[in-house]
Amino acid sequence: MNIHEYQAKDILRTNGIPVPPGEVATTPEEAVRIAESYGSMVVVKAQVHSGGRGKAGGVKLAKSTDEVRERAENILGMTISGLTVEKVLITPAEDIDTEAYVGVMIDRVSQSATFMVSSEGGIDIEEVAHTNPDAIRKLTVDPRYGLMGHQAFWLANALYDDPSLIKQAAKIIRQLYTAFSTSGASMVEINPLITTTNGEVKAIDAKMSIDDSELFRLPEIAEYRDLSAEPWAETKAREANLTYVKLDGNVGCCVNGAGLAMATMDLVKYYGGEPANFLDIGGSSNPEKVVAALEIITSDPNVDVILFNIFGGITRGDDVAKGIVEATRRIDIKPPIVIRLTGTNEKEGLKILAESGFSAFTSMDEVVERAVQLAAEV
Amino acid sequence: MAILVDDNTRLIVQGITGRDGSFHTRQMIEYGTKVVAGVTPGKGGQSFQGPGGESVPIFNSMDRAVAETGGNTSIVYVPPAFAAGAVEEAADSGVDLVVAITEGVPVLDMARAHVFARDRGARVLGPNCPGVISPGKAKVGIIPAQIVTPGPVGVISRSGTLTYEAVIHLTNAGIGQTTCVGIGGDPLIGTNFVDALVVFATDPETEAIVMIGEIGGTDEQEAARWVSENLNIPVVGFIAGQTAPPGRQMGHAGAIISGSAGTAEEKTKAFEENGIRVAKRPVEIVGLIQDALGLKGG
Repeated sequence: MNIHEYQAKDILRTNGIPVPPGEVATTPEEAVRIAESYGSMVVVKAQVHSGGRGKAGGVKLAKSTDEVRERAENILGMTISGLTVEKVLITPAEDIDTEAYVGVMIDRVSQSATFMVSSEGGIDIEEVAHTNPDAIRKLTVDPRYGLMGHQAFWLANALYDDPSLIKQAAKIIRQLYTAFSTSGASMVEINPLITTTNGEVKAIDAKMSIDDSELFRLPEIAEYRDLSAEPWAETKAREANLTYVKLDGNVGCCVNGAGLAMATMDLVKYYGGEPANFLDIGGSSNPEKVVAALEIITSDPNVDVILFNIFGGITRGDDVAKGIVEATRRIDIKPPIVIRLTGTNEKEGLKILAESGFSAFTSMDEVVERAVQLAAEV
Repeated sequence: MAILVDDNTRLIVQGITGRDGSFHTRQMIEYGTKVVAGVTPGKGGQSFQGPGGESVPIFNSMDRAVAETGGNTSIVYVPPAFAAGAVEEAADSGVDLVVAITEGVPVLDMARAHVFARDRGARVLGPNCPGVISPGKAKVGIIPAQIVTPGPVGVISRSGTLTYEAVIHLTNAGIGQTTCVGIGGDPLIGTNFVDALVVFATDPETEAIVMIGEIGGTDEQEAARWVSENLNIPVVGFIAGQTAPPGRQMGHAGAIISGSAGTAEEKTKAFEENGIRVAKRPVEIVGLIQDALGLKGG
């Protein structure tokens, strides 16, 4: 789960990291009020789950009340990466001397939290990794010990020469590790970590991703979810315990198992079609889930055919068949449905489907070919 | 010969009295796996009834279960909040292999559990995996019995039902398996492709290997390099997620393309550059294996 800059900053502040104050506005008037309370130049920052906000014109300095209003008017309602800006963060502008990068994330190879720091801040760290990898210092935290004091200093030494700045940065790095490990994060980036002209180290931007598996035990973090940033279909999928990702094609897919679902999408493409979505319906044959899956898939107006690919292991074919028949009785589905059912109780399941007039296959290739054919006929 | 699980496996089921634990324990006993104990805190002293009337003793803790029954393998059917702890408890009790089925275990919990298990000398499989099956010998997990048959092919997969799709074609073509290993769909797993390959390399009965990968991470790429430098038997691969968009988690917590890293294209290329032929569709795996083994039909 992604969270907004202002939410990530709240978490960092709670953990003692120096972050300039900031408040969120949803209207230009609010933005003006907040800016006036700071009585200084402010930055108006779009709050959306997207990178490149600055490049898109969503981060602007405002030197006067009129400018604050104007910036807020322009940025609110703007679309960045397909997301509509509904909130802006108003924060006092800082006197920036230098910009660095500090990030921590779970590294799959070392299987632990890994810090990456660089004196080249304010730009895309992936770019730095390509053009100047020596400018990045990395450290993997041993889960037995956590981040040790001398390790934080070693990282801070990569950023600054001045002892006071190093000391401040080391403290921030230790606090960042605490924030990371107590907020269920999978990644936290401070970019840029700045030094001000009067020698203070501060975090003026923060990006944080939360491990979805942590949400059940961190309800206050789960509260940060921005439902307005999420398409209806994805919210519904989450609530129904399905996984759904919308794509651009017209062949709707409903599969049990993430790997098989990806392979199904790939096979649609192989046969010349375009998948409309990824949907993992999981192991249950419960009609409620099938209804939810069909509602989600058909909420996409591009869908011209719906393809089921079910390989029953524990899940029984006749249960799945009953679920599909029941679901299609309850809601009216316009696009044709083709079904592939195999595995446990396959024969019984196929019989139930045939009796209800469904086109059912046992071969994955055959069902995908048929689906692509039907989609092309529309 | 098979790897990881066989006739010598003495299995302890953690979470034996839960819905999933009890269902799958019956299936495993039916398959012929030696289930010697179950662990559910608070239910120590009770018994679990197998499908043929077998009586499996239940203990409150792993250390008691191992001491009383000599269990050497455990399987974890414990909810996400407690699963990493169950893995750690198992590792500490002295078992050689811990198979963690649970999906949705917090990643930071597993970061600690994997280190702990390694320190204790226990191999972890998973989490978020369907387990492992050595056809004709033992099943530790949820892979359906009817899709496998004994034979010469080793299978290593990050997936569940996609594995079944691949394996059923092999079985139907008369090409059986030594062991099918589900390594799981999470970002931090206890046994990765190379780990599994290293063990398969020691099995004289495994004559070819099928690797089923997906987007996310660099495991397949590392495995490809290891194969060309170390393995003398043919490997055939399949990568799911050619059509996955970047930055989106595709079901499995570990199935996510980060920036430009971990794409299906990159993995396919790594396989091909290292002599691993890549099937474009699951059904093509059989033909490639027949070719590799010099069998008719290939």
